Amino acid sequence: MATTEEIRAQLAELVNDVAGVPVEDVQLDKSFVDDLDVDSLAMVEIIVGCEEKFGVTIPDEESKNLKTVGDAVAYIEQHS
Amino acid sequence: MKAAPMKDIVITGMGATTPLGGDLASTWQAMLAGESGIVEITEEWAPDLPVRIAGYVKVDPSEKIDRVKARRLDRNTQLALIAAEEAWLDAGLGLGEDNPIDPETLAVCLGSGIGGLHTLLGQWDVYKERGPRRVTPFTIPMLMANASAANVGLLVNAAAAVHAPVSACASSNEAISLAVDQIRLGRAGIVVAGGTEATIHPLPIGAFAQMQALSRRNDDPAAASRPWDKGRDGFVLSEGSAVLVLESLEHAQARGAKIYGTIAGAGVSDDNHDIVQPDPGGLGQSRAMEKALRNSGLQASDIIHVNAHGTSTPQGDMTEAGSIRRALGASADQVVVTSTKSMTGHLLGAAGALETVATVLALKERLVPPTINLHDPEDGLSIDVAANEPRPLPEGDLAALNNSFGFGGHNVAVAVTNANVTR
Repeated sequence: MATTEEIRAQLAELVNDVAGVPVEDVQLDKSFVDDLDVDSLAMVEIIVGCEEKFGVTIPDEESKNLKTVGDAVAYIEQHS
Repeated sequence: MKAAPMKDIVITGMGATTPLGGDLASTWQAMLAGESGIVEITEEWAPDLPVRIAGYVKVDPSEKIDRVKARRLDRNTQLALIAAEEAWLDAGLGLGEDNPIDPETLAVCLGSGIGGLHTLLGQWDVYKERGPRRVTPFTIPMLMANASAANVGLLVNAAAAVHAPVSACASSNEAISLAVDQIRLGRAGIVVAGGTEATIHPLPIGAFAQMQALSRRNDDPAAASRPWDKGRDGFVLSEGSAVLVLESLEHAQARGAKIYGTIAGAGVSDDNHDIVQPDPGGLGQSRAMEKALRNSGLQASDIIHVNAHGTSTPQGDMTEAGSIRRALGASADQVVVTSTKSMTGHLLGAAGALETVATVLALKERLVPPTINLHDPEDGLSIDVAANEPRPLPEGDLAALNNSFGFGGHNVAVAVTNANVTR
């Protein structure tokens, strides 16, 4: 079972790949939209990327609730 | 020359990325040197195809557009952005906070024959192999036919209008024609006009080959595009983009812009004959050239140079030679014709803009770039082609036509003059 920090670090790589955000900026308290400037289509890519990377399923209605990096990490921890 | 019935549009900036060079200066130098941009295709799919030659852009767009931005842009659009930025900066204009142009007076007219082909086919591969959930959400804004025009609009901050004319291989000449109209109608004071294409992929090559449209001179790529030569056997597929900044004379003068020349006018027609074959009589092509003269206030006797569509197909080249002679009459005797496709290959929807740029520079530098590989001219060739060597043009006021024709019967002729023309 991956630690919270390991999941955050892998997610940071994904966000960097999709949206060019520096990995060190992708911290648990950051909002994807407000802090990291991730737009709605890039967010779709991040969600799908999480499904591939972590082997979870994130339904569209759930993905709307993943506002911060911490929200996404917690969802992955609970569902992987 | 007599008075123009409609005002001239001036050219204040130009840019290009082509099989001959990553910018306009290198492209033009290679044209004057008679270089070929056609190479062997070494991608893993090439051995399956009867045609294994093409004209890739000399400088890959990844050298100019960063990886994250490029993920959201089809190659077709990446090339357009590179050419558009060069043209915009060449016009003495800045981007972002340094952009001095009122967005409400700025329009874009930028055409593509096919559009985001690599995205369409690439994402279909993703869908088939990994399912719909893996298709990028950027697919539609990347593949749509207006994607390049719209992204160029965002680059230069255009709010008057963005147009993306689609007329196969006449698309970017049609874009220039439309830009002229927009300025004359007062809908814009300045227009970024041009074309882009990126279709080097096994499907279009295989499909064009099925039409018997492509040269199969696989063992000698540089000699494959040979307009009007008896050995020609079809066109060579190329990619690239070319863009011009066009302005009303008043708009350009108000900001003290340098002026390369004018787009004096344009003529548009359709063959109304067949979906792919040109009317063998070439009447539609002649009508486009005649309309361009009337639209420009030019006489046939004013024309000193024609940059032909000249794709190196057995039928098309000779049809066009006859069309030029019909449109210009006895004045055709004084006209130096060239096909720069002999060097660049055929950029499809970007061809018209690239060849308009070449025509502008030919008049400005008074030097027509050569038609290379023309060693054994077709019998009965009734036009004077600048075979294999650049041809000097005389001093004084000069005018020229640039022809583009496309599947669907589209014919567009653009009339260009040098900067010193007084009519």
